[in-house]
Amino acid sequence: MAIELKPLEQFTIERLVPLHIGKLDVSYTNSALLMTIAVVLITALVMLGTRKRALVPGRWQSVTEMLYEFVADMVDTNAGQGAEAFLPFIFTLFMFVLFANLLGLIPYSFTVTSHIIVTFALAAVVFIGVTIIGIVKHGWHFLRLFVPENVPLVLLVLLVPIELLSYFIRPFTLSIRLFANMLAGHTMLAIFGGFAASVGIFAILPLGINIALVGLELLVAVLQAYVFAILSCLYLRDALHLH
Amino acid sequence: MDLASAKMIGAGLACIALVGAGVGIGNVFSALISSVARNPASQAQVQPFAFLGFALAEATGLFGLAIAFLILFVF
Repeated sequence: MAIELKPLEQFTIERLVPLHIGKLDVSYTNSALLMTIAVVLITALVMLGTRKRALVPGRWQSVTEMLYEFVADMVDTNAGQGAEAFLPFIFTLFMFVLFANLLGLIPYSFTVTSHIIVTFALAAVVFIGVTIIGIVKHGWHFLRLFVPENVPLVLLVLLVPIELLSYFIRPFTLSIRLFANMLAGHTMLAIFGGFAASVGIFAILPLGINIALVGLELLVAVLQAYVFAILSCLYLRDALHLH
Repeated sequence: MDLASAKMIGAGLACIALVGAGVGIGNVFSALISSVARNPASQAQVQPFAFLGFALAEATGLFGLAIAFLILFVF
């Protein structure tokens, strides 16, 4: 009676268009398809939303303006002065993670952000980019980021390694946070779905839990996109203003 | 002890990580409630931080949950 649970099956990558260049496998996978859909949807939303440029915005223009103002406000309050130049980057990052998370919630689709290589690539871009910005802007003074001010010399011996570690661990925490949330959430949905399929008449209970979990996952999808963007803003502030 | 039972015990142990997430989330929202109760005007300012704290606290617990799932279903 028990159906064998395979909750991790939903994360399998399938080659939709097999393509090999030499030994390199550059097949067009379901992961790439979902990323393409996300990018097309974001582009369509923003382009069509701002096409009319009406003084009194219509529905789509309102949505676009709300998203833009939300991210602009976030960058303004968290990344400090001089960060307006990086608003397009943060906006792109936020929208991509948000759409990838939300598209993953559609049944039988694929969650791009549940693969650590995707989130790690995003986090690595943020980390390397922010470090380069800091070095270009401050030169050698950038290293002062690792030395807290007004601290006795004895404590510095302890604090500098901690600061260094907490700096270099950033891309890992940033990527694992998003990846673990998506992985755990979608696995949990699949497990409760499997329960519902295997207990017959009592399926109403796990099904009810599953519906509540979809609501929670919706919240988590938006929240994790927000967290990813806001932490990128905070890292940017560190690089721009050093403390 | 055979591998199957060791996996079950390991997954159960990994789920203990969620205790921390529960304590953390409860802490975040209790602080939110008490600060809003003291100063209702501050709700708009503190709520984003509360949800940021909620997401960060939840993520740490989910690391453990993800490990439990990996133990159960991958190895």
